[in-house]
Parts: sequence; structure tokens; C-alpha cells
Amino acid sequence: MLGTGILKGLAETARNFFGSFVYKERLTTVQYPEQRLPRMESSRNFPFLIFDGEDWQKGLRCVSCFICEKECPPKCIHITKSTEKKPDATGKLQFYPEAFDIDVSVCMSCQICVEVCPFDAIKMDNNFELAVHDRFGELVLKRDQLAKSNEYFNSIHPIEAEEVDTRLAAERAAAKAKADAAAAAAAAKAAAAPAATPAPTAEGGGA
Amino acid sequence: MTPVQIADQIFVLIDHWLIDQCPTIFQPIVAAILPVVVILGLFPALFAFTTVLERKGLGRIQNRMGPNRTGPLGLLQPVADGIKSLTKEDTVPRAADKIVNFLAPVVLVIIVFLTFAVVPVGRNMVLANLDSGVLYFFAVGAATELAVFMAGWSSRNKYALLGAMRAVAQMISYEVPLLLSATCAVMIAGALSTTTIVEQQARYTGIWPHWYVFTPWGFGAFILFMIAALAESNRSPFDLPEGESEIIAGYLIEYSGFKFALFFLGEYLGMFAISGMGITLFLGGWSAPFSFLTWIPSYLWFFAKLFAIIAVFIWIRGTLPRLRTDQLMNFAWKFMLPMSLIVLVDTGLWRWLTPGAARWTITSLVVIIPYIVLGRAAGSGKIEKRSYRYAT
Repeated sequence: MLGTGILKGLAETARNFFGSFVYKERLTTVQYPEQRLPRMESSRNFPFLIFDGEDWQKGLRCVSCFICEKECPPKCIHITKSTEKKPDATGKLQFYPEAFDIDVSVCMSCQICVEVCPFDAIKMDNNFELAVHDRFGELVLKRDQLAKSNEYFNSIHPIEAEEVDTRLAAERAAAKAKADAAAAAAAAKAAAAPAATPAPTAEGGGA
Repeated sequence: MTPVQIADQIFVLIDHWLIDQCPTIFQPIVAAILPVVVILGLFPALFAFTTVLERKGLGRIQNRMGPNRTGPLGLLQPVADGIKSLTKEDTVPRAADKIVNFLAPVVLVIIVFLTFAVVPVGRNMVLANLDSGVLYFFAVGAATELAVFMAGWSSRNKYALLGAMRAVAQMISYEVPLLLSATCAVMIAGALSTTTIVEQQARYTGIWPHWYVFTPWGFGAFILFMIAALAESNRSPFDLPEGESEIIAGYLIEYSGFKFALFFLGEYLGMFAISGMGITLFLGGWSAPFSFLTWIPSYLWFFAKLFAIIAVFIWIRGTLPRLRTDQLMNFAWKFMLPMSLIVLVDTGLWRWLTPGAARWTITSLVVIIPYIVLGRAAGSGKIEKRSYRYAT
């Protein structure tokens, strides 16, 4: 009969209306600023710079090798290399970036900078709340805004961070072992050298 | 006067008292302006309340929360909307007919406010008790088509013009069943005055009221009236003149800022006015639904009924999809028009048959059988697979 379909439809919408007051699981919308869904681990948007330790100025992994700047397809990275070296997190003397700017309004989130970086110094962030009032000033992120700790990287991308950390630890351990071996060899050589030439000393002593 | 009567007549008494405070020469003009000011304030406030109610209700129907950011539970949303529409740029197309473009929303709102003059919102609470109130209501109300067409024509936009043409076609088609179903109530009441029609219904047998909707012909006429009222107020499922998905808001397309808000206001006020007329004609106006509830003030009953009808309108909007133009016209001319003519005949039968069970049976059958037959005919049209010339 004419109208029965309409009545069925009205019953259905009424069920939705009252059901949304009774069953909270019907309301699937996440009330965003108060509620947040956990971000997926694979989520990424813009790059940031990793530093080891507490102080970002001491621990920045970047050695300003310009590979990311050259590889960046939209050319959104700008680096100024330092003139003198200073010790990095492992104590080795390295160049460091005097300026490292990323224009995130130009960045296309391709992750090429991350893939080409030989030092694991640049990684992808997933912070999306980047709204600012001035596109030309505030969206060009400076070195201090980009520097984020390794712990932060571990918190947003744990799987990738673990892999990077084990690899870096192995490399550093190998480097340290090599350095130790070299040092030991040098020390042994140094120890052996006086033993091999006791005469001048004795001679000197005699003199 | 008893306290119940005072509560019922409180606004009338305040009105008289305020008029008495004025110097004698100003009394006629104050008496004329005061109720107008109340209508100008009350119904837009109701409009603001309805917009948030509608958005919340539709949200719940779609398992959403609806607006909940402005104020407690999002109740200040109309204020935010008002500020937004006031501060938005008012753009007028370069090729538009600027005077008509400006006048269209103004004309719409004026016409809609005029219709409130004859809607009795309570006992002794009607702005103008015209002897031909119903006639006046429909004569003025039909002029909203003029405003809509002014908007569509003056915008000089093909979508606006399409929307306006659709609006005019739809409104004229549904004006016929609207008037015919209203005529039923007028025939039984024997008066065109809205006050008299309500007074005829505000009587009780036992505890039951004499509302026209509780008769076979009255029920049929009420349903027809409300369907036609939906179409007249351009509401879903008859919102073809706007048709966001097809013609991008139709005649409203070139309007922004406060002119758009005025259109919106006019549309909702038109809905209130025609619902108020439906209440007056069939739902007993300001009268209580049971004789033992008559102590509740009459204006509260009117607004409770208005609220109920608006809630049903929102419910229908949340349920039904928009009709196609040919479906709309078929429904108007092949179902609504014959049904309203049959209900009109049925009303005559009710008037002339002697009261009793036989009258109920005969008049019920006279409505139900054509409803089933016409419904079959309306539903029997074979749904053919549509072939498109240029698309697959």
C-alpha cells in the first residue's frame, strides 16, 4: 500500500535517533580536539632532525653533507655548513649545520631526504598540527624547531627507531673497537718503542 | 477572573495594560504596533531555536552529535551563525538586476510575516481577526512564489533560474491540494475566520475534543494539507528548488551574507506559518487535547503543537530522499489532486449524513478505498530501466 515504505523509513530513522542517545557505540565520530585516535606507525608528513643525548646543539647527528639538500625534489631544504668542526655525540670532530631550514609549505613529504641520509640524521615526523598565521615566516622551520630527540623518534616510529638504534650502536661499537684496537696498537707500539731503544735512554741517563 | 483564566490571558492583559499607560491619542497606534513587535520578536527567536534543533535532530538521525562547539550543548550556534552571516561579504553578481536582487529576500520576509496576522496563537491572541482569515492567509502566502522567482530571475544565473522555475511549478501544483484540503475545514466550520474555526474545535464530548483531525475526512485532509505544506515551504523531500546536489542551492546560489540569512529566515517562518494554519484548521488551534487539560494556558498548547509538527518535518527531512521533478508532478496531479477532491466530497457527506456509526463507516470507506486504489495506480507504474543517450 502507498505509504508503508515511508513509515518503515520513518521507523528506521527514529530507531537511529533514539538509539544514538542510548548506545554510545552508535556515535562513531571522534570529538577531535578532546579525543584523539592513536596515529598509525607508518604515518608521516614532514622531516625533522634527530639529536642524541640531552642538548640538541651538541647531539645533532647532521654533519651538513648537503646530500638531502641536493636530492630534495621540490628544493625545500636549505643548509649552511659550519666553518669549524666540533665534537658530535660520539666525541668525533664533525662539521655541523649552522643553518638548517625546511620550508614545510613546499615539502611534498616524499621521504627521499630520509632515504639518502647516510647518518640517520633526518627522519619523518607525524605531527600534523602545524597551523600558523604567517606562511612565509612561520612555515619555514628552523634548526631549533626541527631538532627532536631520539626518544621522540622512538615514541612515534618505534619499529624503525629500534632498527636504526641497533645499527648505529653496532656501528659505533665497531668504530669504538677499531679505535680501541688502534689505540691499543699505538699504545703497544709506544710501549714497544722505549723497550726497543733503551740504549739512548741509558746513554742519556749515563750522560 | 480565576487564576487559570489569568494565566491563560496574561499576555492579553499585559497588552491592554501597556496600551492604557499611553496617552489616548497614541493608543490606537500602540495597539496596532505592540502585537506586531511581539510577532517580529517571537517567531525569529523560534527560528533560531529551530535551526539548532534541526541540526541536532538530523545529527542524531545520522548517528552524529550535531553542533556541540558553541556554548553548552551547542545551543549558542544560532548566535554564531547570525554573527557569521552579518559579517560575511554581500556579493551581488555584476550582471544581476540589483534592485530586484535586493528586494527579493525583503519581499519574502515581509510576505511571510504578513501571514502570521491571522494565525491565532492563543485564546483572544490573534493579531487581526479577519472574517476571511483563511482566504487572506492563502492569498498572501501564495505571494512567496513571487519572491522566489524574483530571486531566481534577478540573479542572472542559470542555476538560480532553474531553481526558481522549479519552485514556481512546484508551488503552483501543490497550491491546489493545499487549498482544497483547507476548504474541507472551512466547509464544516462554516466560517473563513480562523478564530471561529478554532472555537468550533475547542469543544469536548466527554474528554475528547472536536478536532477535525479526529474525523475520517479531517484526517485525510490533514495529511494532504501537511504534504502540500511541506511542498509549499520547499522542504525535503520537496526541496527541488534548492537541490544542492543538482542545481547548487537553486535560487539561493548568488546570495550570501545577510540576504541569504533572510531567505533562510523567510523559509522557516513560512514553515511556521503554514504549520500554524494546519494546527488552526485541523488540530484545534490553541485548544487542549483533553477536556481535563484545559487549565494549561492556550498559547502553550499552540506552541506545543507547533513544536510537534516541526519535529515531524525534521524527522521527514532526515528520512526521505529528494523526489525527481516528474515524480513530484505525478504525485501532485495524479494522487494529491484526486484525493483532495474525494476528501472534499467526503466532507460534504459528513455534513449531511446523520451522526452515528453509519456516518463514520461510510465516510471512512469513502477515504480509504480511493486511497488504496490511487496508491495502487501510483505504485503500479512499471519501473523501466532508464537508457541514457550519452552516458552508459
